[in-house]
Amino acid sequence: MFDVIVVGGGVIGATILRELTKYRLKVAMVEKESDVAMGQSRANSGIVHAGYDAKEGTLKAKFNLLGNLMMPAYTQELGVKYINNGSIVVAYSPDEIDTLYELKSRGEKNGVEGLEVIDTETLRALEPNISPDACGALLAKTGGIVCPYELTIASIGNAMDNGASLYTDYEVCEIVKGVDYFIVKSIDGRELSTKIIINSAGIGSGDISKMAGDDTVHISGRKGEYILLDRESQGYCTHTIFKTPTSKGKGILISPTVDGNILLGPTAQEVDVPDTDTTSTGLDYVKQTADSMCVRVPHYNTITSFAGVRAYSDTHDFVISHSDKVEGLINVAGIESPGLTSAPAIAKYVVEELVSALLPLVENTDFDGRRQSDHYYSKLDNDSKNKIIAQDPRYGKIICRCEQITEGEIVSVIRRNPRATTIDAVKRRLRAGMGRCQGGFCQPQVAQILARELGIPLEEVTKSGKNSRLIVGKTK
Amino acid sequence: MKNYDIIIIGGGPAGLAAAISAYDNGSRDILILEREPVLGGILNQCIHNGFGLTRFKESLTGPEYAYRFVEEVRSRGIEYMCDTTVLEVSTDKQVTAINSTKGVFSLSAKAIILAMGCRERSRGALNIAGARPAGIYSAGTAQKYVNILGQMPGKRVVILGSGDIGLIMARRMTLEGAKVLAVCEIMPHSSGLKRNIVQCLDDYGIPLYLSHTIVKIEGKDRVSGVYIAQVDEKRRPIEGTEKYFECDTVLFSVGLIPENELSKGAGVSLSPATKGPIVYDDRETSVSGIFACGNVLHVHDLVDFVSEEAEIAGVSASNYAMGKGADRRVVSTTCGNNVSYVLPQMLDTNASGMVKLYFRVNKVLPNPTIRLTSNGEDIVVKKKKIAVPGEMESIVLTPAKLQSISGDVVVSVEE
Amino acid sequence: MDRELTCVECPMGCAILVTIRDGEIVSIGGNNCARGKLYAQNEVFTPKRVVTSTVKLEGGGMLPVKTDRPVDKDKIFEVMAVINSLIVAAPVKVGEVVASDVCGANIISAKEVL
Repeated sequence: MFDVIVVGGGVIGATILRELTKYRLKVAMVEKESDVAMGQSRANSGIVHAGYDAKEGTLKAKFNLLGNLMMPAYTQELGVKYINNGSIVVAYSPDEIDTLYELKSRGEKNGVEGLEVIDTETLRALEPNISPDACGALLAKTGGIVCPYELTIASIGNAMDNGASLYTDYEVCEIVKGVDYFIVKSIDGRELSTKIIINSAGIGSGDISKMAGDDTVHISGRKGEYILLDRESQGYCTHTIFKTPTSKGKGILISPTVDGNILLGPTAQEVDVPDTDTTSTGLDYVKQTADSMCVRVPHYNTITSFAGVRAYSDTHDFVISHSDKVEGLINVAGIESPGLTSAPAIAKYVVEELVSALLPLVENTDFDGRRQSDHYYSKLDNDSKNKIIAQDPRYGKIICRCEQITEGEIVSVIRRNPRATTIDAVKRRLRAGMGRCQGGFCQPQVAQILARELGIPLEEVTKSGKNSRLIVGKTK
Repeated sequence: MKNYDIIIIGGGPAGLAAAISAYDNGSRDILILEREPVLGGILNQCIHNGFGLTRFKESLTGPEYAYRFVEEVRSRGIEYMCDTTVLEVSTDKQVTAINSTKGVFSLSAKAIILAMGCRERSRGALNIAGARPAGIYSAGTAQKYVNILGQMPGKRVVILGSGDIGLIMARRMTLEGAKVLAVCEIMPHSSGLKRNIVQCLDDYGIPLYLSHTIVKIEGKDRVSGVYIAQVDEKRRPIEGTEKYFECDTVLFSVGLIPENELSKGAGVSLSPATKGPIVYDDRETSVSGIFACGNVLHVHDLVDFVSEEAEIAGVSASNYAMGKGADRRVVSTTCGNNVSYVLPQMLDTNASGMVKLYFRVNKVLPNPTIRLTSNGEDIVVKKKKIAVPGEMESIVLTPAKLQSISGDVVVSVEE
Repeated sequence: MDRELTCVECPMGCAILVTIRDGEIVSIGGNNCARGKLYAQNEVFTPKRVVTSTVKLEGGGMLPVKTDRPVDKDKIFEVMAVINSLIVAAPVKVGEVVASDVCGANIISAKEVL
């Protein structure tokens, strides 16, 4: 019997799981995919918002600010890349300047510091590639960027190092409510029992809540399509550049990523089923909008495009509360933007305020919140690398030539928490295959390493779990 | 730090030929660095025949062609290190590399030859809409799975792009039991060699759809199908022309790009047209003592020409390392009508031997006249039956012709 | 009846015109070499191709192989069936016959395995 089961391995579930391990609790996470960070935490903008967007008094406003303040220390402890690059909201016509002041004033009411409306000249000095139509901007110095799946993986890995269990490919199909416990059943016949369920199932959180007996959580999906440019474009812009928001939302942004790429997107398309297909209309829209925001957008450096589905609640605010209908169920649902920013603050609140109301929390004095980055090796100087290579020659064998990832690093992410068991899982942890050749050279080698380390035949290695096999059998 | 006369980066066809020619020119202190476990480069997975017709007057497979050069390297006792990846080349000709036995280490050289080859353009670069399931490969990756690992990437295949590797893989997958349903080419003409259309597609009844592209890929875990559509003259899909193919695999053969990350790091100037270094006719780059040859310089259709070019670079690097500098009288070469690039970009009109200029046309030109002019004066004029973008053209300049060049050179091709 | 062919003997890919009268070749034009002429003669009546593939190596790995001469085009899959059934033990030299007289050709190794 677990004390708490977290349903859903996105960034929200991840930060909650980690927070739970600070206490003497038996906790587990169930995730329907083969790896964590496979839903919206895999494909979003990776922005640490300053906190001027959300209306004052909302949960979004509250957790955005708190999360923004926590993020630098949180990421540092977990060895996750975070850059405080600052955001700018650009007015592309004089009548949008008023909106900038509205945002500034709203931000200040929310408690955001470092907001400043800047003139065109200052803007141009910050971002030389801004469109000539720009006539001013709101600069938010506390805006930042982080890699959403890196943050998710690191939080879960650290939680597991501190005793949490992870069940992947665990698609919940039924939740049976006992007197003071739940039985959480998976589609492949596994069962786990728990005193508390934390529902952080993203797009599936409406369904999970309903299975547990609460049909009041209504979640819809909005698809966002993105285009990613090669690191060759690094330096094209340094701030995260937004358009002035309209009633339709924040629109397309242009931003550096912590890995040195440039990200364009997202679109915002209502979807009935969580489909992550890109569309030619969507990608064209991203390109055209980016071209209206900045000049000389280096589209020729495109290396990939992708889409994510963001879950939102019909209340248009975060749902973070005990279920009114089912005791022991905590819903953390509808966590759309600024959910990534808010995650550490939401996790703290959920555990300290909501879980504590159901279970006594006793501090886990063995908790160690530090985690070595999956990228630590590449950051070492040559002497330190050579010491490692002398111990383990696999650290001298480059597998991914674009990102210069070694076999030793790949083996390490297959073995450490949370274990990478697919090509995409290795890619999300190390960026092997994420460079300009997009895995053309290294995929067969990564597949062979996975087969060897997991003790499975090569034909059973998958791209991203389930039936996503790379090959269909031997030639002869 | 160990010093060499010549370090060659890459042990594929270009690196091997460069090493042999440098040796035969008198250099002895040569090192080849190769990232794969064996020499030979991409030829090892190109098991089809058709290599070496120009050079050896016979049709060899890739491994056979490579073997001949590897044997030459071995018989000369030229030093090479496999399983060794070069991380950085500096302007002052220091090379930083990594392998399992030495760790990260640095070497220096009097001359460096860049021979890293090229990579395939990926699906991502094309922004093709749809899902991102398993079963999407570049043709070269599929070739590695089939020919080296003996594994089948799929059973029902649609190929985008009529580049030679795509055509070769259409036949290869068919021979190994797969059904290749279609090859789509966005251009109105094939980008591969005509003979490959005949012997790889026609022989097996595989349809080639010219002026077509893939507009959508479907599939959840694994590819389940693709939509292709005809494109207009601006290469935009025409609505209503979509065709659906049920398939489990999509191969991309949409072009090769010289792999110049190391060249850039060394401060070598690159050409936007070839995406490779800008070179003199002796294949020296903009950085003194750094030479380049093969597909890292410009993408060749035939390995025979890679070897030929590498021999030029090998001799030049050898002369450079021995302190035999050339006193150049340089003119630049530029593209005239219907020409997409000319290589070398800089020509030494004092060169003592024959100089071959390579170029590509940007469209199919029947009965073309090829014209090389300088200051409006014809230096070379020749007729051809046909010129196509998929096949590299060349002009040979004798020392006498070179001497007659008075200024920058323009290569043009007229119908 | 005339046949227009693209020669596959070399990368030039010459367009060859074969004029045929009463089942006999009357003339061959457009080729630039003797190989092209021979190709055209074969192509009209009994097209032939060199087959390249891989065979299994004992103990794992693949060995690239080819037929040492062109085989009848309609026998390609017959040749493939033989190739698919072979298992070769190292050491093997380049050019070594790994199966003889398969549809009129030998299957030879294209790689040295020590």
